[in-house]
Order: sequence, then C-alpha cells, then structure tokens
Amino acid sequence: MNEPYKTTVEEERAPVIEPGHTFGTVTEKISAIVLTRPTSNGWFLGFGVAFMLTMMMLYAIGYLFLKGIGIWGSTIPIGWGFAIVNFVWWIGIGHAGTLISAILLLLRQQWRNSINRFAEAMTLFAVACAGIFPAIHVGRPWLAYWLFPIPNTMRVWPQFRSPLMWDVFAVSTYATISAVFWFIGLIPDLGTLRDRATHPAARLIYGTLAMGWRGSARHWHRYETAYLLLAGLATPLVLSVHTVVSFDFAVGIVPGWHTTIFPPYFVAGAIYSGFAMVLMLAIPIRKIYGLEDFITERHLQNSAKVMLATGLIVAYGYGVEAFMSWYSGDRYDAFTIWNRLHGPYAFFYYSLLACNIFIPQVLWIRKLRTSPAALFFVSFVVLIGMWLERFIIVVVSLHRDFLTSSWGMYYPTRWDWMTYIGTIGMFLALMFLFLRLLPAISIFEMRTLLPEAEVKE
Amino acid sequence: MKREPIYGIMAEFDTAQHLVDAARTTHQAGYQKIDAYSPFPIEGLAEEIGFHRNAVPLVVLIGGIIGGLSGYLMQYWISVVDYPLNIGGKPTHSWPAFIVITFEMTILFAGLSAVLGMLALNGLPMPYHPVFNVPRFAMASKDRFFLIVFSSDPKYDPVATRSFLEALAPRSVSEVPS
Repeated sequence: MNEPYKTTVEEERAPVIEPGHTFGTVTEKISAIVLTRPTSNGWFLGFGVAFMLTMMMLYAIGYLFLKGIGIWGSTIPIGWGFAIVNFVWWIGIGHAGTLISAILLLLRQQWRNSINRFAEAMTLFAVACAGIFPAIHVGRPWLAYWLFPIPNTMRVWPQFRSPLMWDVFAVSTYATISAVFWFIGLIPDLGTLRDRATHPAARLIYGTLAMGWRGSARHWHRYETAYLLLAGLATPLVLSVHTVVSFDFAVGIVPGWHTTIFPPYFVAGAIYSGFAMVLMLAIPIRKIYGLEDFITERHLQNSAKVMLATGLIVAYGYGVEAFMSWYSGDRYDAFTIWNRLHGPYAFFYYSLLACNIFIPQVLWIRKLRTSPAALFFVSFVVLIGMWLERFIIVVVSLHRDFLTSSWGMYYPTRWDWMTYIGTIGMFLALMFLFLRLLPAISIFEMRTLLPEAEVKE
Repeated sequence: MKREPIYGIMAEFDTAQHLVDAARTTHQAGYQKIDAYSPFPIEGLAEEIGFHRNAVPLVVLIGGIIGGLSGYLMQYWISVVDYPLNIGGKPTHSWPAFIVITFEMTILFAGLSAVLGMLALNGLPMPYHPVFNVPRFAMASKDRFFLIVFSSDPKYDPVATRSFLEALAPRSVSEVPS
C-alpha cells in the first residue's frame, strides 16, 4: 500500500476517540455519569415508564399463572405463538453484544472498546427477557426445572436427543458466560469507582464488587489472558446459540422449518437485529450523556456496515428458502412460499421484505450512514423486520399444516401483547439502572486507546 | 504470622513509559520481590518485574476437558444406562445428538474456570491490602503509575532502597505501612 493513499483513507475516517483526551479526562468524564452528575428528571421519567411496563408484564404473567396458557392466542395448530417469536427475537438481539465484546476483540478492532460495555449489558438484559418466555410457555412453570437433569425421586431424566434440550444448555451457558464476561470486564472500573466515590455507601458497594483490585502488573497479565480466553470461548458459543435455536425449527419436519440454511441465516439475523438495538441505544446515550467524543461517527458507521452485511446474508437466506422450496419438488414446501406470498399473512411477508431487505439498503449512502437520525430510523425498521421474520417462521409455517383439516389462524390476545411490551419495559428499566449505577463505557479499555498509553521497549 | 511493620517502599510515576523503564532498572538491579501498578494493562510490564508463570491457560484447559467429559458422560449414563428410551427407533447411544450439549458444557466449564482461576491465582477477593494505606495510591486507578519494592525482598534496605528508587526520578516516594 503506498503512503499517500493510506493517509487519505485515514483522514476520511472519523477517529475512535476524539483528540485532546488524557487518562484523567477519560476517567473523569465516564465516572462522572455515575458518581457526580445529578440524576436528571428525564432519567426518572424514562425509568418510571419502563418500570411501569415491567409491572404490567408481571401482572400479565401473574394472571397467566392463575389461569393458564388459555389466555394466550396460541392454540393448535399454532402452539408456539408469541412466546417463541419473542424468545427468538430477544435472544437474537443479545448476539450483537457478544459479537462486539468477543469477536471484535479477537479481530483487534479497537473501536469496540467504547461500545462493548453497554453492548454486553444489552446482551445480558436481552437474554433475561428471552429466558422468561420458554419458562412461562411450558404451561406449568413451577415444573420448568424438569428441563434440567436434576436427580429426582421419580427416577426420570430429560431426553437428550431433542433440540429443545440442547436449547436449554445453549441458552443457560450463554447467559452464564455473558454474565461473567461482563462482570470481569467491570472489575478494574469498579476499582476506579471505589477510589473516586465520596459517599461511604458507594465506596463500600463498589469496593466490595471490585474485590480488592489494585492494578498489579501480575494481576493484569492473568486478567488479560483470562479475558482473551473468554473471548475465544464466547465466539464459538455465540455462534452455537442461535444455531441451536434454529435447530428447534430445522430438526422438525414442518414445511418452512425443515431446511439446512437455518443455522447460518439465524446467526446472521441475530447479529443484524442486535446491531440495530446497539444503535438504537448508542445514539440517544451518546447524545444525552455527551459522549460523542467516545462513541464517534466511526462507531455509528461501522455498526451500520455490519448491519448492511448481515442484512444481505439474511436476504440471501430468504432467497435460498424460496429457491429450495421450488428445487426440492416438495409440494408442501412449495406451498409454504406460495402461502407466504398470497396467503392470509401475505401482508406480513411483504412488510418483512421491506423492513429487512429494501429499506436498509439506504445504508449504502454514506450521508445516511453517518446521520444519527437516519440510523436510528433504519435500526427501528430492522428490529420490526426481524420480529416479523420470527413471526413468519413460527406462525405462518404452523398455520397451514399438511392436512387442510388442521389449518387455522393465530390471533394474539392482549395478554400476549402485555407480556411482549412488558419485556421491552423490563429491558429498558434494566438499561436505565445500568447507565445510572455502572460505567457505561469501559474506562480502562478507553485509556489503552490514548496515545500516551503506548510504551516503547 | 508476624508482619513486618513496613510492607515496602513505593514510587509514583507520571507515565506508563517511565514505569516500565523504572521497573526494568529495578529488576536488573537485583530486586526480585517487586510489583508495578497501572490503571490499564501495559504489555510487557509483567515480564519486566520477573513474572513468567501464568497458569491461567492450563486452568482453562483442565476446566474445558472436565466440562466436555462430564457433559458427554452425563448424557451417556442417563440415556444408555439409567433411563433408556426408544425415540423413533434411534439407538440409545445416539452420539451425534450428544455433541451439542457436550460442546456447551465444555464452554461453560472452561469459561467459569477462566474467571474463577484468574481470580484465585490473583488472590482476589482480597478485602485488605497494605498498598491502599498510601493515600496517593487511589490515583493508581486513574492516571498514575506505581512501583513497589517489598520489604520481604532479600536486597531490601530501608535507606538504600529508598535512595535507589529516588534516583529513578519518580514524582514521589513513600513508605507503605503494613
């Protein structure tokens, strides 16, 4: 690569961190959000609304436990309904956090340092929302622990040849590893907060959580090794999780589910929706907390590019689905596509194509890729599109079975909607608490990006 | 265990480069029981203070092997020995179906060993540590860099070590009470 070309490219790119910052200012700016900045009325309003939605979800779930699954719209032939649609949607959103924190770390993409912390928090909260759905969908949630191989007096065990069992292990491993990955990333920053907090209670809490971290060179060395190994372990893990989720469908014989394209296309779709959620969170956060120096145009652009790429993989997946249903010569499979295009849910399928394939193509235009408002809008559209995708996979595939006698329609009830919207509220409420109580950007990883952190041998 | 009244002597530096150079000089001068503190990981600093044995990878490997074996053996024992079920005429020992959970258990155990192993080897959680007795050490988590020579070092001498550290041109030098 010749030198002039390289410099022009570098000049055009926005920096990962705006110039002029020192270790002190980075520390000051990020920890002030938690320690010194007064809690704004906007925060109370936002958290209040999100908290009320959480209460609505708990009410809907409480009523569900009282009455049973009958209050939902899911009934034969559509036994999976909103619960599974939302489960897949949420767990997919979580994937971007692990992609940013683990895969981009292994690829040495330094721009990840300012968005990995809240993206990981997003993963954790999204998985928490996802986990609710299968647990309440089992019908008798007080027996949900039967999913785990726990020795019991009935002397029965789970059946490990079922993809639903694989899912239990994949999702619970994912939740555990995401939680510990997030937590060990926080330890040095908790040490910073412990040293900077003035309130005794804050010192005690942050100090306890920091576990006596003192930044010793030996500790850092082991810490970095452990962090890198965890990233290496989380990378195949995150790819496996949505693969296993797709097995829940692909291993079944229902037309529209029984296809080998599902694992890669589910993983790409997960990252697609996850980056959309990252952008929808990053854009307001950087604005409200004045973090434009740390979450720069570069981050927005890179996220938009990832969305564009994964969106095209998803589009390829739709294409292959349509092609295979024709090429297989299977009349039930062919009918699935015909039914998507002309059946009672055709409107949803066209909306899906618009949301996931056509509208996001505007990201090819640099001007829109760097405009926060346009990105926010496209991300919103993609999140709706990815929800519609799961709706079509679950509901539209099930509602036209092999026998016309078992055809039906799916109508979600208000309890379905209350539970779904309630989980969005819970997600936002947790996010608000996280922003208020913990550093939303990794302080120590931001320090390593500064020029003064460089050491010559 | 009886403690020395003085835990060590600590020098404070302004830049990462200064700390690395000072650590190298101190280690080359024959001090072995030393440690360096920084607000972010500095590549090569651990080697400069003579730290070479990092057992974390081994712990993770052992954890992963235990996880994988226990995942597979659990499924084998349950599906073949204790509770064989005929599912669509498939063999009870359907090993391809056991791969997913074996994989997940490998990752789970390896990941938890990475975290717990790192914490255990680092001696964390540690509610009390003498270095925090130096008030300026609070800056170690912000923008200052510290080097300490422990009083347990064979070459340690309250006067000579202090003047050695002062010769490194630090911002300040202080005694660390234990």
